[in-house]
Amino acid sequence: MHIISKKNSVDSIFSFLTGLASLIVVFLIIGILIILLRESSMAIKRFGVFHFLASTDWNPVTASFGAATTIFGTFVTTALALLIAMPLAIGIAIFVTEIAPNFMKGPIGIAIELLAAIPSIIYGMWGLFALAPIMAKYIEPALQNTFGHLPVLGVLFSGTPMGIDILTASVILSIMIIPFTASISRDSFNLTPSVVKESAYAIGATKWEVVKNVVLPYSKLGVYGGIALSLGRALGETMAVAFVLGNNHQITTSLFDAAATITVTLANEFTEADKDIYLSSLFYLALVLFVISFIVLAIAKFFLLKAERRYSR
Amino acid sequence: MKTVLSMFLAVACIFTFAMAEAAETLTGAGATFPEPVYKAWALAYYKATGIEINYQGIGSGGGIRQITTRTVDFGASDAPLTPEQLKKDGLYQFPAVIGGVVLVVNLPGVKAGQMILDSEVISKIYLGEIKFWDDAHVKALNPGMNLPHAQINVVHRSDGSGTTAIFTRYLSGQSAEWKTKVGTDTSVNWPVGIGGKGNPGVANYVKQAPNSIGYVELQYAKAENLAYTMLKDKGKVMAPTTEAFKEAATAADFEPSKDFDLWLVNSPKGWPIAGATFILLAKDKKDSSMKTVKFYDWAFKNGDKTVEQLFYVPLPEKLKNKIRAYWKQHGVD
Repeated sequence: MHIISKKNSVDSIFSFLTGLASLIVVFLIIGILIILLRESSMAIKRFGVFHFLASTDWNPVTASFGAATTIFGTFVTTALALLIAMPLAIGIAIFVTEIAPNFMKGPIGIAIELLAAIPSIIYGMWGLFALAPIMAKYIEPALQNTFGHLPVLGVLFSGTPMGIDILTASVILSIMIIPFTASISRDSFNLTPSVVKESAYAIGATKWEVVKNVVLPYSKLGVYGGIALSLGRALGETMAVAFVLGNNHQITTSLFDAAATITVTLANEFTEADKDIYLSSLFYLALVLFVISFIVLAIAKFFLLKAERRYSR
Repeated sequence: MKTVLSMFLAVACIFTFAMAEAAETLTGAGATFPEPVYKAWALAYYKATGIEINYQGIGSGGGIRQITTRTVDFGASDAPLTPEQLKKDGLYQFPAVIGGVVLVVNLPGVKAGQMILDSEVISKIYLGEIKFWDDAHVKALNPGMNLPHAQINVVHRSDGSGTTAIFTRYLSGQSAEWKTKVGTDTSVNWPVGIGGKGNPGVANYVKQAPNSIGYVELQYAKAENLAYTMLKDKGKVMAPTTEAFKEAATAADFEPSKDFDLWLVNSPKGWPIAGATFILLAKDKKDSSMKTVKFYDWAFKNGDKTVEQLFYVPLPEKLKNKIRAYWKQHGVD
C-alpha cells in the first residue's frame, strides 16, 4: 500500500511540475505580446496600422516613423538568404543520405551541426573583417561586370560595391541557416522506405532520378518544415547582419546598396531612443516582427505536423 | 531528504557569502561616449577607497530614463537637459569630462592632418549634394591635393549616439540647409551613407572602404590610425588636438544657475565639434548623490592624467570649482 501511494505522489508532483513549466511558457508568450501591445499603443494611435506599415519615413528628429523600409530589408535579406541557402542545404542532405560513402556521413553531419552552433556575433565579425573586403574587391565587381549591362537584371548590380550591403548580409545569413534545413531534410530523406528506393533502382533509375522522383516527393513536407524553420531564424537574426548591412533606412533596387532590418534597427536604436514616441515606434516594430515570426512558425508547424501524420500512416 | 538538506545548506552558504561581499556599490548608467573614462576612474577609485562604481554604457537616452525612474544612483548623458526638464523630473546635472569629434577620411595618399574641410562642405557631403571627391568645393579648400574622381562613401552612425548629437548640432548651427533638412538629434534620418555601429563601427568602415569619410571621437581616430582632417572654422584652419578642445571648453560659459545647460559645439574659440558629457543626479536620493559627488570630486582631483591618456579633455579648474559650489548649493557636498 505504502509503495503504491509513494509512486502516485511522485507521479502527481511530476505532472504538476511539467504542467506548470508548460503553462509558464504559454503565459510568457502572452505576457510578451501584452507588453508589446501596451508599449506600442502610443505609436499605434499616432500612426495607425496601415500608414505605419506603408510609410518609408524613419525620422527621429521629426518623430515620423514607418516600418516599410525595415520590413523591406528584413524580407529581402531573408528571401535572398533562402534563395542561396536552400539549394545548398538540400544538396548537402542529398549528398549525405544518398551519395556519400558511409564513413563520411558522420563527420559531415557533425560539421553541419557545428555551423549552427557558431554564435551569430562571430558570423557578424567574420563577415565584417573577412567576407566584406573580399566581396568589395573581387566578387561584387565581377558580378557587376558580368550582369551589370543586362537590361532588367542589371539594376540589381548597380552602384559602387562597398562590401557592406544587402548581398553580403544575405550571404552570411545563408551560411547561418543552412544547418537547419540540411539536418531536417537529411532526417526526412532517411525516412524514405528503402523498399521504394530499391524498387526504383531495380527498374533502372539513375541516382538522380531516384532522388528527384522518389525521395524528394516522399519527404517534401519535412523539407518545407525545415525551410520554414530556416526562414524563422533568418527573420530574427540580428548581430550577424548588424555589421555588414550598412543600416540605411531605404527601399532600393540594387543588391550593392545598404538597407536596414527590423532586428538591427531595434538593436541599434533602442538604448538611445530619447522621445517616448520613438521608443513606442520601436516597440511597434517589434510587434510587427513578432506577428510575422508567429505566422512563419505557424506555417512551419503546420507542415511538420502534416509530415508526421504522413509518416505514421 | 539528504539532498534537500544539502541543497538548502548550499543556498544558505551562497547567501552569506553574498552578504559578506556586499561592499558599498554605486550604480550608474548612460552614455558610451565617456564610458572609457568613467570605468578607468571607477577602477582607480576602488583601489583607493574600496567603493565600487558600477557603470553601464547603455546610451544617453537609457541613462536619462534610468535616473528619472530612480533605478540607478546616477545617470550619464551627452546631451544636457534643460533646467525645465531637470525641474520636471527632480534632477540636477553637472559636466564631468570633455571630448571632441573629428572627421576622418580614407583617401589614397592622404595622411592625418592633411585634408582641410569646413562645415559647408561637410554638410553638403552628408546631404548627398557633393558626390565626388574632386568636387569644386572640396578642391577649393585643398588646392594642392590630388583628389580622385571617385564617389564619396559617406559613413555615419547606425545607433543612437551622443557623438551624432554633437556632430549634427555642429552642422545645424552652421548650415541652415542641414538644420531644415535633417536637424539635430542622437539619431537622425541620414540622407545618404551607411551606418556603422558605435564609434568602432564607423572607424572600421572608414578604414576598410576606399574613398570614405566618417565622424568619430578623437580617441578612435588615433587608435585606428585614421587620417583625420583639419577644420576651417571662424576664418582659420585648426587641428583636432586636446589643446583645441580645451580652448573650446574655456571659451564656453557654463552657468551653474542654468544647471550647466550648454553645448560646447560651435564654441567661439577652439574646436567647433567638442562636447561635454553630463552626470545626472536625483534630488530625492540625497545619500547616494552625496556618494556619487564624492566619487566625482575625487576624480576631478586625481583623474586628470587618466583622462588625457585616453585622449579626452579634463574640465578646466575654474569649471571644477563652479561645479563644487553647485554641489554645495544642492546640499550634497
